[in-house]
Amino acid sequence: MTLYADVQVSRGSFELALDLTVEPGEVVALLGPNGAGKTTALRAIAGLLALDRGRIALDDTVWDEPPRTFRTPDRRPIGVVFQDYLLFNHLNCLENVAFGLRARGVEKQTARLEASRWLETVGLSEYARTRPRALSGGQAQRVALARALATDPELLLLDEPLAALDAGTTLHVRAELGQHLNRFEGRTLLVTHDPLDAMVLADRLVIIEHGQVVQEGRPTEVAHRPRTDYVAQLVGLNLYRGDASGTAVRLPEGGTITLAEPATGPVHVAFPPTAVSLYVEPPSGSPRNTWPAVVTGIEQHAHTVRVRLDASPSGPADLLADITPAAVADLHLTPGQPLHTTLKATEVHTYPV
Amino acid sequence: MFRRTAFAALATVAALAVAGCGGDTPAASSPSTSSSALSGTVNVFAAASLTGTFTQLGKDFEAVHPGVKVTFNFGGSSALAQQINSGAPADVFASAAPKNMDDVKDKGTPTNFVKNTLEIAVPKGNPGKITGIKDFADKNKKLAICAAQVPCGAAAAKVFAAVGITAQPDSLEQDVKAALTKVSLGEVDAALVYKTDVLSAKDKVEGIEFPESSKAVNEYPIATLTKAPNPDGAQAFVDYVLSDKGKMVLTAAGFDAP
Amino acid sequence: MSRRGRSTSGRLPLVLLLPALLGLAFLLVPLVGLLIKAPWSTLPDRLFSADVWQALRLSLVCATLATALCLLLGVPLAWLLARGGLPGRSLIRAFVTVPLVLPPVVGGVALLLVLGRRGLVGQHLDTWFGVSLPFTTAGVVVAEAFVAMPFLVISVEGALRAADPRYEEAAATLGAGRWLTFRRVTLPSIAPGVVAGTVLCWARALGEFGATITFAGNFPGRTTTMPLAVYLALETDPEVAVVLSLVLLLVSVVVLAALRERWIGGLR
Repeated sequence: MTLYADVQVSRGSFELALDLTVEPGEVVALLGPNGAGKTTALRAIAGLLALDRGRIALDDTVWDEPPRTFRTPDRRPIGVVFQDYLLFNHLNCLENVAFGLRARGVEKQTARLEASRWLETVGLSEYARTRPRALSGGQAQRVALARALATDPELLLLDEPLAALDAGTTLHVRAELGQHLNRFEGRTLLVTHDPLDAMVLADRLVIIEHGQVVQEGRPTEVAHRPRTDYVAQLVGLNLYRGDASGTAVRLPEGGTITLAEPATGPVHVAFPPTAVSLYVEPPSGSPRNTWPAVVTGIEQHAHTVRVRLDASPSGPADLLADITPAAVADLHLTPGQPLHTTLKATEVHTYPV
Repeated sequence: MFRRTAFAALATVAALAVAGCGGDTPAASSPSTSSSALSGTVNVFAAASLTGTFTQLGKDFEAVHPGVKVTFNFGGSSALAQQINSGAPADVFASAAPKNMDDVKDKGTPTNFVKNTLEIAVPKGNPGKITGIKDFADKNKKLAICAAQVPCGAAAAKVFAAVGITAQPDSLEQDVKAALTKVSLGEVDAALVYKTDVLSAKDKVEGIEFPESSKAVNEYPIATLTKAPNPDGAQAFVDYVLSDKGKMVLTAAGFDAP
Repeated sequence: MSRRGRSTSGRLPLVLLLPALLGLAFLLVPLVGLLIKAPWSTLPDRLFSADVWQALRLSLVCATLATALCLLLGVPLAWLLARGGLPGRSLIRAFVTVPLVLPPVVGGVALLLVLGRRGLVGQHLDTWFGVSLPFTTAGVVVAEAFVAMPFLVISVEGALRAADPRYEEAAATLGAGRWLTFRRVTLPSIAPGVVAGTVLCWARALGEFGATITFAGNFPGRTTTMPLAVYLALETDPEVAVVLSLVLLLVSVVVLAALRERWIGGLR
């Protein structure tokens, strides 16, 4: 069963027109700047906002098709994790998680049993009797996720699930969220303005700007072939999958990236193009990641120049570097030109796959 | 049609309620030379049942004595007596019962200036088919009398004792106007009120006289107060009330001469 | 005049403290007056008379029933005002406050015009069901509810408008219909406002005089509540009135303090 959403909403002069599908087991990230219409789209799909035109359906079951059909949120098989979680403060964590089951007619004891199983899944069994306001941000997010998943929804909607967390806990919570999403068999639509969240968590990105889709595709595809300046700025991220052992990550197509902190097993490796430096002569000194590379492309952006390089066989075959226009002149950059690249290990982030 | 009556009744009662808060009579603006030496303001504290008549008397008095302004504080006699004893700046007190006059400490000699007789008030058309005072012992009729604590209630008790019946009221009203309201709205079949009250609401209420009313005649005393801020004005107003012109106004409203 | 050892941040600004104390005194001084005037020597005799207990019991029962009626009708009305998206909502809100502005005696007359035995609705109640509200205990409850309801509606509506409606959206996405959402999410989240409104409503009903005596009349054991007894006592024996007022005051303070402790304290 596929979710088809042709979302068209008018709000004064703002027009949202968005066409997307989500397959079972798939995680789609709706990525865009503030005011792009992401949350409006999520609210429309959840049924918190009626469409002006278009159609939302799960296979043959129509959820919203103006002017004839509109199912209220409580009649859609969905689970929503809101940006600030909206846990009910007058209920404890267990009652929060059991709420959806009780609302859908599950008998009290069964609901509580199922809810405590979900709290265990998110590792918060000992907080069953705790009121939400006593939880940390990360814990509250996990309770919200458990509450949304407890009803076994066909569609999971996440609205900026990591935005309310402080930087220190984001890494950990993001990795954990990724694991839960991997296990979830339904469809997931994730709304975020953070490209890192989108690239790590999603199977597919849908990027919107001013209510319109500007690009769509797999994260690596979008990251490496941005179609607009906006997308390039937004998702300009070097992202690889590899096998970590100690401080070294081996890439499948050959090449090694050195890390500042040791890791093990399959991981995502990500670093921004600004972390990559280019030299004509082999650099001396401390950088641990030093690869000879060849320029394969040069793109001019507003304030930076994005250089595409092939650093194989010692480094990644597709590498992005952002440098200043002045540096371009100094280096006399031309496609095919051999260079030396360095990457600071401290700017590299790894996430378990 | 009903609605119009209803609103009229509402307006009447609202007016009554407001009247209790003290009437402000417009001052007669005649600074011209006056034969009398009177001046200033005369503050008259008068029983609520005198509202209509005394307002009229005040206007007449001001016409006779230009330069004098009469202001009224109408209310329950016992409340007025308390206010005076607590130091309210009153010149004249006109009470609806001798007892309340007795309660006032610093006063001149009271004179009974009118008396008021009880009468049965029934709604227009007498829907409860009330024939006389004996009907007040009928449990099946809706009846209102004044509470024993207020003068009209004390008077009613005397009447019932004289007739030899036990009254079966549905409500013991806090004052005579409240009892009258219940009649004019048709909520009760009958109430025991004063003749003056029946006359004041003659559009909506009919009166039934009964001989035993003579057993409970209510005397109204009036007196100047010794601490009056305006003693001359006070005496002049009392004299005016007791004059023939004053009596005319009072009897026209249903009061009897003492 | 050393100021050492005193936290400067903890000091109240004088410009607030003075009016605050003045305000407190303004509310308390009349009470002190009552206490001083109370006939303490004869107090027990006057207190333990059957009339006092009868009036007190009637007052408590009627105020509680009136409050229950207000809750039953007022909370949904507040919800409609806050969430119903009604056209002309501010006009309706103004009408809700009418009993606050109307002199209670006039309110009582208005009730008679509608629910009296010649009233618009009352005449049918009388002919069809033989029900007549004036001069009955039920009439007292109706009069008190009429006057006290705005206190509840305004408190609850304020709480509803302050409450975050997104919690209701969250409940909807979890499969809860509007009624379940209202019961399980909205109502608990506005509980402090409902309690505050209930307390105000009850206190107002307990002290109600004008509408009660006009609509329900005055008959001991049936419609004579404490305020009516106080008013009539004032006509003949002000000392009794003082005693009755003190009883009413004491009972209401005890009940309200207990409620606050039990409810507002428990909700924190």
